[in-house]
Amino acid sequence: MKAAVVVFPGSNCDQDCRRSLLATIGVEADLVWHKESQLPNYDFVILPGGFSYGDYLRCGAIARFSPVMAEVARLAKRGSLVLGVCNGFQILLEASLLPGALLKNHGLKYICRDVRLRVETANSPFTSLYAKHSLLTIPISHGEGSYSASPKDLQRLKDEDRVAFRYATDDGTVDFNAAPNGSIEAIAGILNEKRNVLGLMPHPERLAEPELGGTDGRPLFEAVFQALGGLS
Amino acid sequence: MTGEPWLEHNLTHEEYLKILDLMKREPNHLELALFGVMWSEHCGYKNSKAHLKKLPTKGPAVLQGPGENAGVVDLGDGLAVAFKMESHNHPSAIEPYQGAATGVGGIIRDVFAMGARPIASLDSLRFGDLTLPKTRRLLHGVVAGIGGYGNCIGIPTVGGEAFFHPSFNGNPLVNAMCLGLLRSDRIFKGQAAGLGNSVMLVGARTGRDGVKGASFASEELSADDPDKRPNVQVGDPFMEKLLLEALLEILDQDLVVGLQDLGAAGLTSASVEMAGRAGNGLRLDLEKVPLRETGLAPWEIMLSESQERTLLVIEPAKVPEVMAIFAKWDLLAVPVGEVTAGGDFEIRLNGETLARVPASFLTEEVPIYNRESQEPAYYAERKKADLTAINAYADFGDLLTKLLGSPNLCSRAFIYEQYDFMVGLNTVIRPGGDGALLRLPNSSKGLAIAVDGDSRKVFLDPYLGAAHSVAEAALNVAVTGARPLALTNCLNFGNPEDPEIYWQFTKATDGLAKAALELETPVTGGNVSFYNERDGEAIYPTPTIGVVGLLTDLSRRLTHEFKAPEDLAFLLGESLEELGASEAHYFLTGRDEGPVPSLNLGHVKNLCRLLETLAAEGLLQSAHDCSLGGLAVALAESALAGKLGLTAKWSGPISPGAAYFGESAGRVVVTLTPANRAPFLDFCARYALPVTELGVVGGDNLDLTYNDKTIKVSLEILRKAYYDSLAILAAL
Repeated sequence: MKAAVVVFPGSNCDQDCRRSLLATIGVEADLVWHKESQLPNYDFVILPGGFSYGDYLRCGAIARFSPVMAEVARLAKRGSLVLGVCNGFQILLEASLLPGALLKNHGLKYICRDVRLRVETANSPFTSLYAKHSLLTIPISHGEGSYSASPKDLQRLKDEDRVAFRYATDDGTVDFNAAPNGSIEAIAGILNEKRNVLGLMPHPERLAEPELGGTDGRPLFEAVFQALGGLS
Repeated sequence: MTGEPWLEHNLTHEEYLKILDLMKREPNHLELALFGVMWSEHCGYKNSKAHLKKLPTKGPAVLQGPGENAGVVDLGDGLAVAFKMESHNHPSAIEPYQGAATGVGGIIRDVFAMGARPIASLDSLRFGDLTLPKTRRLLHGVVAGIGGYGNCIGIPTVGGEAFFHPSFNGNPLVNAMCLGLLRSDRIFKGQAAGLGNSVMLVGARTGRDGVKGASFASEELSADDPDKRPNVQVGDPFMEKLLLEALLEILDQDLVVGLQDLGAAGLTSASVEMAGRAGNGLRLDLEKVPLRETGLAPWEIMLSESQERTLLVIEPAKVPEVMAIFAKWDLLAVPVGEVTAGGDFEIRLNGETLARVPASFLTEEVPIYNRESQEPAYYAERKKADLTAINAYADFGDLLTKLLGSPNLCSRAFIYEQYDFMVGLNTVIRPGGDGALLRLPNSSKGLAIAVDGDSRKVFLDPYLGAAHSVAEAALNVAVTGARPLALTNCLNFGNPEDPEIYWQFTKATDGLAKAALELETPVTGGNVSFYNERDGEAIYPTPTIGVVGLLTDLSRRLTHEFKAPEDLAFLLGESLEELGASEAHYFLTGRDEGPVPSLNLGHVKNLCRLLETLAAEGLLQSAHDCSLGGLAVALAESALAGKLGLTAKWSGPISPGAAYFGESAGRVVVTLTPANRAPFLDFCARYALPVTELGVVGGDNLDLTYNDKTIKVSLEILRKAYYDSLAILAAL
């Protein structure tokens, strides 16, 4: 598989994502500068976390105009897997590759901590190695991660089994209070219709090696690896 | 010259006479402004230099001591760490968000100016009484500012400390530390070497923000502070991220002769220092400086502290390459001058010379004051104190619960969870325990870091208190299993022209020097912040100490939480009848008093070495430094973090109050599996360290019995007090 991590000015998890792919599935991803307007047919593209353009405007609002985004859209349409983590998720929403928006955390403060996530569907190339409703520990680190969507979009997401992760309490309860940021229906990550684009606020790359305190993020990368037929 | 213009540049009459003597002529206004900032305490260390000389700065691991942008220490395998700490107290007092943010930005630039990639930041914060709305506003603003900058630029904030005390009501302390990694054979310096080389200004444009910030830092705060907001700079972490990446790229391609961060006193300080270090002259052509707005006067350009700028010295042939790399990052890189022969610092505008001063006058001829020093009356008075309050308190379980919910002992999660402490994928030990631990790339080694200060103990006994601060920071590193290697510091004091303040400074630097020497942690740099006063009220003197240490095998790291039921808990070190200067006494009486606990530095060093050995041998399950709040608080913290209780019963000759809440120095709580008991005790004996067996880990309670005084509290009650308090106490 050929993988790429897109680097926007202000991305700061680009190297982390690259390093995590190498540590978990042995894949060496290319770092792709956001000004690229022609990409090879990557099988897997990550839009990493960070503060693209400083995020002085709405998060991701400028990055979506980067030349590379047309290529990301093309690859998504073509069926490549696209993963947006944190700022990457925000950019995917701004680029309309996923529905909805991310608002400021309801406590108005940045939050960095491990949270519990419940896997809502195993039916995707990203989540196939998790059991449905299993509980994961994955960190969040964001100031604007409160997911919101119109009632119509929300209903569609649910009807089509496209909510990938929800925030949960330690005992697995999922309700509004479980969402540290105030996300609607405690939604932490969602898929597109074709299930090849995933956006989520938590950072799976941050808990994918035991030294860092956990490995619950690892099966996500392994699932991608499997879906794409390994190193072939 | 008419009037006394030197006064507006914060120069005294005597200093002006010295300038006349050096220059053999009257300086013009611009020249006088150069002297004003370069001879300020902030840039010239004129009140502190005489005492900073006492600090030990050499050691086998030290690759770069004080005098450069940051100190550098060898980590082996060709790798080194650059680190430094700096204060941003006054700006934070006036505009907490930007003041703190630009403090972080400045210290990050100091580190990458050494050619290092910054990998972590830490912060040491001191605020006033939390019940005051102003304190809470400052806390929120400062924490948001640190997070806003660090999170955005993508450098994790991995640790720190926070302390609340009314002595900081008018003047908070915001000390930021940054660390970066570099190759030990490729340390860059801030030297303007090579005659004819081009001097380039890169990064942000120059505006009016922060003009005269360095002078402002060298004055006391007062009621007209809101008028000083223009002295506070505005941070742009996004710009700094681009600057960082572009700089590391040109360093990688060997395009740089020297580089220097633009911090206090902006272009003036950076260019003068670069010239001074190389013994060369330097010429600036001001019309070439990219400006944010039109109409800046030459003195404003020279003194602007606009952030996110760096000065480079580049060989002329390589200038186009440097410009091309900066262009890729959409950044400006503009030649603004040249390295010249003769040693003069010259400022020109459109070919006309506006100022010409030998650089050495500005850097080497700074007047050095060893000021009058007088022992304050409180020093002797406060030693005689009634310290019976703790032992008179009937219910120690209740006292422990209340302490754990008090501003100085409750969990700091409210603060550190606003910081991205994980970005970079190196944070192995996260905030919330003692020191932080980072893994090093392509290596099994770990880098441990801690910052510490103890304002109360330094106030009561500056010599001993400063030594305590060093010991405490070193132990916070040692409890991870690492060996403390070196330290940086930030010395925060009141007005040095007050003999009693200068006495505090003199004694504290003596204590710092002694402890750094004994613990073999040389000082690689630091920062002095005087004039921390508001309306004549000085802060408690606070030397903040940042220690870095090396753990040779990351897999042997130690953390503070209890690990498993049936593990045995021991106390390393000796508890004495020392209730003075304790947090518990302050909590109960509101008084800072009593003798500061004794400190045996030889013992602390042995303790550090013992911990390193025990960790390397794999004999321990956990280790936690015992400090503010005493043993009971340390046990509760380990229990809460591990979600495991403790049943302990031990006896001794001291009072229960001292046993539970006294702050005797050099003590660490460790746990181990029963199987390791014998070899553990054997090592303790070899290092001649007193050890007390406390009890057994397990259950849902902290169940402690010392002599016949018991503490029995459920972890659930302690947890509520500990974790929920700060957010509630700090609510706006």
